[in-house]
Amino acid sequence: MRFDEEFFNLGYIDRLSYKETFIHNIDARVKLVIVILYIISVISYSKYTVSSLFPFLLIPVLFMTLGEIPVKFVLKRLVVVSPFIFFIAIFNPLLERNIAFYIYGIPINYGTISFISIIIKFVLTVSIIIILVATTSFAGLCYALRYFKIPEIFVNQLLFLYRYIFVLTEEAMRMIRARDMRSFGKKGTELNFYTKLAGSLLVRSINRAERIYYAMLSRGFNGTMPYNRKREANIKDFIFLFAMLLILFFFRFFDPVNIVGKFIERII
Amino acid sequence: MSHHIVKFENVTFKYPDGTEALKGINLLITHGESVGIVGANGSGKTTLLMHLNGYLIPTTGIINIGDIILNKKTRLEIRKKVGVVFQNPDDQLFMPTVYEDVAFGPINMGFDERNVEIKVKSALEIVGCYDLKDKPPHHLSGGQKRAVAIASVIAMEPDILAMDEPSSNLDPKSRRSLINLLKSFSHTKIIASHDLDMILDVCNRCIVIKEGVIVADGPSEVILSNEKLLEENNLELPLSLQKR
Repeated sequence: MRFDEEFFNLGYIDRLSYKETFIHNIDARVKLVIVILYIISVISYSKYTVSSLFPFLLIPVLFMTLGEIPVKFVLKRLVVVSPFIFFIAIFNPLLERNIAFYIYGIPINYGTISFISIIIKFVLTVSIIIILVATTSFAGLCYALRYFKIPEIFVNQLLFLYRYIFVLTEEAMRMIRARDMRSFGKKGTELNFYTKLAGSLLVRSINRAERIYYAMLSRGFNGTMPYNRKREANIKDFIFLFAMLLILFFFRFFDPVNIVGKFIERII
Repeated sequence: MSHHIVKFENVTFKYPDGTEALKGINLLITHGESVGIVGANGSGKTTLLMHLNGYLIPTTGIINIGDIILNKKTRLEIRKKVGVVFQNPDDQLFMPTVYEDVAFGPINMGFDERNVEIKVKSALEIVGCYDLKDKPPHHLSGGQKRAVAIASVIAMEPDILAMDEPSSNLDPKSRRSLINLLKSFSHTKIIASHDLDMILDVCNRCIVIKEGVIVADGPSEVILSNEKLLEENNLELPLSLQKR
């Protein structure tokens, strides 16, 4: 049953985020700042940059290792998202056909270089976000967003989304099971079934939303959610933030690949 | 004491689609009473409970809760007096962790941080769930969810507790600890349920509703041993009173 597997995958990313490791214990605000700066520095490179991007791979690897996140887990999710980026970039080699250089006689045009650059940027930015979610409790992230003054209405959406996605998927799973139990392996009306499923889930969610709103009202809800969880950033958080900022700055403005390359050239 | 009374005078309620759910309810519940509300499916139990903290406003008739007449203006005030525990705890626990969920009510009531903490701690200790305070609700078992849902309501220190099917979907042990918990409360309790044994254990008064009208009102032992009355209302004798 495909759906069951997907459901347990969702539970898996949730479980990962409750681990107790160095990365998990870093303040969510610190991680959020680092990730945003990281993404900005990666995408700020010109579209023909390839080699300078490689050092940035070290940061997701560092996060993954310290956070004990399985590589396979991140790769799987990257593959799921990759078609979107792949098809956006696929025509670049055909559109920009000026030859940049030859490798053993094979001409490489600028389009191919930008294609590779886009793919690398995609891998770096998406993997860091997957790792961020897997190493930080979702509520912690929401509170961090609120701390940086992201409008409440957006953060509320995320908070409720995460709280009820488990309830909703469980409901969907029960309906799919009920259908499978009586369909005796017959196919053909699948699409029809899923449209009905989506419809009835929508109706159920609306009803549930109304009950939740009632529950909120009966506990004195007056339009604002309380986002005042107390968590003092400690010295470890500041040291980590400072170290990561230094590394990012170094990667972005000093191009370590170039330095290493020149160094090796001189030795030879 | 007279200020925690619940008084319904000729209350009727019509849903927008025309269904008449309540057709003239008269009742008076005084301070400290525990009242069970029983009846067939669709008899109006839940609708009645929804009136208790002003989610629904009666179409005609007067509801008086703690000497305040229920209307659109006073319902905020009334919500502080009446705590409602819902049938499905998933609807009631909407915050990311147990602690924040229980703190939601006290924070909205304007208590400062220290007082909120005290209230949350004592409410969670009463239901025996203080150890769960940092867990997200979707990691709790059904019984734990129910207990936390009750804690989230008693943290607001209501005078009146209203519950819709509190013992549904619980295993016998969780149900028993729920019953013991309910017995230990001194609040006015109003419990709508099909679990007649629980009503017999917890409530000393019982009200039978049929198609939006009260058909019987009296001590639980009397009402719940009246086989004929119960069968007319799609109910049966509580198991503890049945002969084998």
